[in-house]
Amino acid sequence: MTDNDSKLNSRDQAWRIALRQAVKPRERSSANRIRMPEADPDERRRGYIEVNRGLTEEMARTEARRCLDCLNPTCITGCPVEIDIPGFIKCVETGDFLQASRIIKAANAFPAVCGRVCPQEVQCEAKCLYAEKMHREPVAIGYLERFVADYEMNSGKIYIPETACSNNTKVAVVGSGPAGLAAAGDLARLGYCVTVFEALHDFGGVLKYGIPEFRLPNNIVDTEIGNLKKMGVEFVKNFIVGKTLSFKDLEEMDFRAFFVGSGAGLPNFMNIPGENFNGVLSANEYLTRVNLMGASKENSDTPVYLGRNVAVIGGGNTAMDSVRTARRLGAERAMIIYRRSFDEMPARKEEIKHAMEEGIEFLNLNSPVEYLADEKGHVNKIRLQKMVLGEPDSSGRRKPVPLKDSEYLIDSDLVIVSIGVSPNPLIAQSLPELKVSKWGTIDIRDGSLQSSIIGLFAGGDIVRGGATVILAMGDGRRAAREIHEYLKGS
Amino acid sequence: MYQIVTKRNLSDNVVEIEVEAPLIARKRKAGHFVILRIGNQGERIPLTIAKADPGRGTITLIIQRVGVTSHKVAALQAGDEITDVVGPLGHPTHIERAGTVLCAGGGVGVAPLLPIVEAMHLAGNRIISVLAARSKELIILEPEIRAHSDEVVIMTDDGSYGRKGLVTHGMEEIINSEKIDMALTIGPAIMMKYTSILTAKYNIPTMASLNAIMVDGTGMCGACRVSVGGKTRFVCVDGPEFNAHEVDFDELLMRLGGYKEEERLLYQRYMEGNLI
Repeated sequence: MTDNDSKLNSRDQAWRIALRQAVKPRERSSANRIRMPEADPDERRRGYIEVNRGLTEEMARTEARRCLDCLNPTCITGCPVEIDIPGFIKCVETGDFLQASRIIKAANAFPAVCGRVCPQEVQCEAKCLYAEKMHREPVAIGYLERFVADYEMNSGKIYIPETACSNNTKVAVVGSGPAGLAAAGDLARLGYCVTVFEALHDFGGVLKYGIPEFRLPNNIVDTEIGNLKKMGVEFVKNFIVGKTLSFKDLEEMDFRAFFVGSGAGLPNFMNIPGENFNGVLSANEYLTRVNLMGASKENSDTPVYLGRNVAVIGGGNTAMDSVRTARRLGAERAMIIYRRSFDEMPARKEEIKHAMEEGIEFLNLNSPVEYLADEKGHVNKIRLQKMVLGEPDSSGRRKPVPLKDSEYLIDSDLVIVSIGVSPNPLIAQSLPELKVSKWGTIDIRDGSLQSSIIGLFAGGDIVRGGATVILAMGDGRRAAREIHEYLKGS
Repeated sequence: MYQIVTKRNLSDNVVEIEVEAPLIARKRKAGHFVILRIGNQGERIPLTIAKADPGRGTITLIIQRVGVTSHKVAALQAGDEITDVVGPLGHPTHIERAGTVLCAGGGVGVAPLLPIVEAMHLAGNRIISVLAARSKELIILEPEIRAHSDEVVIMTDDGSYGRKGLVTHGMEEIINSEKIDMALTIGPAIMMKYTSILTAKYNIPTMASLNAIMVDGTGMCGACRVSVGGKTRFVCVDGPEFNAHEVDFDELLMRLGGYKEEERLLYQRYMEGNLI
């Protein structure tokens, strides 16, 4: 944030003081948290309509009134990119939605995305005074962020910073997912000539191929990418850095620094018998076919299995995305098979709730041990083993322990394995001198995003292994600052 | 962006297209493949690069009409554009001087075999190529293979060209007549399975270049899983070449048929759409 912005938005401004005095804290805290309007579950199952419909202006302003504008706003400490949360919420309260958007955008380049997919319940909202100290439901910060972003998008007055490759220094961004887009945005703002290289035929990375339309509509992602283009960022598709051209080639083309945000694009499997039968596939494959390739849509050439009894292995957000997609594609029975219980489930509570409303079954404390197939090699049954929870493991969650003699069979003609991803190996394969960990993530220097190769920075899942959209975006922004420092010094 | 410069029919069902892709043409090595897509609703399919001309900035792809996408490619003419081409993908072939190399190509598998034969020949190996197909018109790229082979044997199932018999017959005779240091096999999975069984019998180190169903081609989807030496590998980022004696070809055959019914329906829709 620039000094100007922070002054503009200080808690000590007269209007903020007046606003605090106008409504008593008790009155603010007496209101209940707003409920997000949602599409009807029956309607949801028939298409890809976005489930959360968004707040109205009135709802947003009412919810914004709940925020106490605390002297010590702990919510900000829960935000990976430290958005000035009370600052933007108070602007919402007064109805200055465009100013609210500017405040958010000073810290987060893509609020329409983050307002939808950030796990606010374990970040900012978990740190809200209401939740931390008062045993009350926190201010709906995520809903408000999304409201502000959508308002700006629909206003036709999207704020696009004036940039235009003013310093004639070229920077390459590898991957157009959340990390890459965030880096590109900030680098462009700093005056760099940024080119984003994408391996696929469309931009957005996991925001496009992974997260389904009913949770994050593609037009939101395309609008953000369109804004970056207006800022002068160049986008090149069908280009694999390290293969189509090497890092060295790009250096010779005057790219002075690199940001690698190539993501964790290598699906994990459990290595159990029968896992290579047809009809057993990774969540990445399933979601890519449906989301990126449009499989199941009328004119798409890409095939997809339409399972009747669909089992999704795993309990994360990707598992929820997969099982809910299967439901929309007509599964009669769509199940989550998870080895622990609801308490340990990594998926967002909201996604679990939406899944339940849509008729998803949860076979918790179950784990597959084998897949069986018909004579053509297509999966038809899963051998499951029941689990019980033991002592907490290194992740702090209680460890699932197999229950003896508890194996049983269920019918399933489509199994989607969603147990996590590993870093994509292409970058490391093409740069033997790049230091990577034993898991394949790019090693970065303590306290920075600089890799073992000078001028090559990395962030997002290629460094973290498997994290969230907002952490990837945070890395992208931080990398932009570090690249700026690096290039100034060189 | 990816314009078709020339097109020719190699047989009734096999076409060769030369596509403008200057960056890929410069980087490509023997064994590399590309992923292409036709139209905005197109699927992504992998194709091995058969030839490349860095001077002209083109790569040559050979495709057999099988499903929707291959029909769409075959329907394109010189001057038309391919929507997306990305590559070069996969590990290039390990080219070494092994001595005498027996190269078996089945059907349209001769296309990916060609650049390897060429590179192995340039590396100073004695090359014996065995080209096999059901009948004469399905033997492709014979002159190109001859240009880089010391000996060429043609086998056809119906005896309409070369000798009558399976690829393995031709190979076994050669194996019995001179010392073979290494073998390569590329073709339909069933052909690679039996050539691999044959060379295993004679303890000849053998590489197979696998075709598999892929979506992204960069390791992301895992559709191309194959069991090699009891371990699951991804053809796109771990291959496409593997030690043939360790590949589970039965599983590969099964997996290649994975979307048969779905593909049949898509193909039916495509053909009906074309008739209207």
